[in-house]
Amino acid sequence: MKQGDAVPEMKVTPDAGLTKRYAAASGDPNPIHTDEEFARNVGLPGCILHGLYSMAQVARANTAAAGGDPRRLKRLSVQFRGMGFPEQEITVSGTVKEERGGSLVVDTVAEQNGNAIIRNAEAELAV
Amino acid sequence: MALDTAIAGKTYDPVTFDVDADRIRQYAEAVHEDNPVHHDAEAARAAGFRAIAAPPMFAVVYSAPAMGPPIFEAIGDALPRMVHGGQEFVWGEPVCAGDTISTETTVKEIYEKDGKGFYVFESVSKNQDGAEVVRGTWTNIVRGV
Repeated sequence: MKQGDAVPEMKVTPDAGLTKRYAAASGDPNPIHTDEEFARNVGLPGCILHGLYSMAQVARANTAAAGGDPRRLKRLSVQFRGMGFPEQEITVSGTVKEERGGSLVVDTVAEQNGNAIIRNAEAELAV
Repeated sequence: MALDTAIAGKTYDPVTFDVDADRIRQYAEAVHEDNPVHHDAEAARAAGFRAIAAPPMFAVVYSAPAMGPPIFEAIGDALPRMVHGGQEFVWGEPVCAGDTISTETTVKEIYEKDGKGFYVFESVSKNQDGAEVVRGTWTNIVRGV
């Protein structure tokens, strides 16, 4: 891969039970992710994805782009924007921005239905 | 209302987390990391890891317990208005099952912009040998300050 190249796109659709499994696995108990009624009562359309779950999808796409070895993901910086929802497809896409001292810097975005849920993500991959 | 920035710079006592294989597998399954190095000890060792390897983003699991005290102290009553605005991790030595990770947190910066309060925390996590495994920068935003 070189500057300007697109990294392979990754698609994933979190199922209806995902937020409960992620909450248990990550230790984040916030009910806006797992309790429909609670989420609606605080003005959300329903349970929303954990931002750090979406960030983990960006990490996974970048690790795959680097050949699959998790040790190659050296740095990942993201901004959380908008809300992600279960049962809707997430698309992670990216472009190599530059080569920096043996690493590739990849600009990445995660979208659902055309809305960015992770933006300005920058990954540094050892290659 | 002016932001209370008095605790900017404060560092908190390290919090430790014992990493076990089941917790890694559970996390890897939840985030769809199906590389065998996250599920199977033999595959992990064959790939050069000491034991089952944590996916990079498992950093949130072992560093989260250390994030509570600085967030509660800095943000306090405004917690219901807090959103997670940004996150950075810089990874070092891989984390494997059997490791004990110690995470020290600092309130790095508190500032106001566009009517929002920005609270930036840094976490530095090291393993039982003192090797840095991750450095996290957590940006939390509070609306209506």
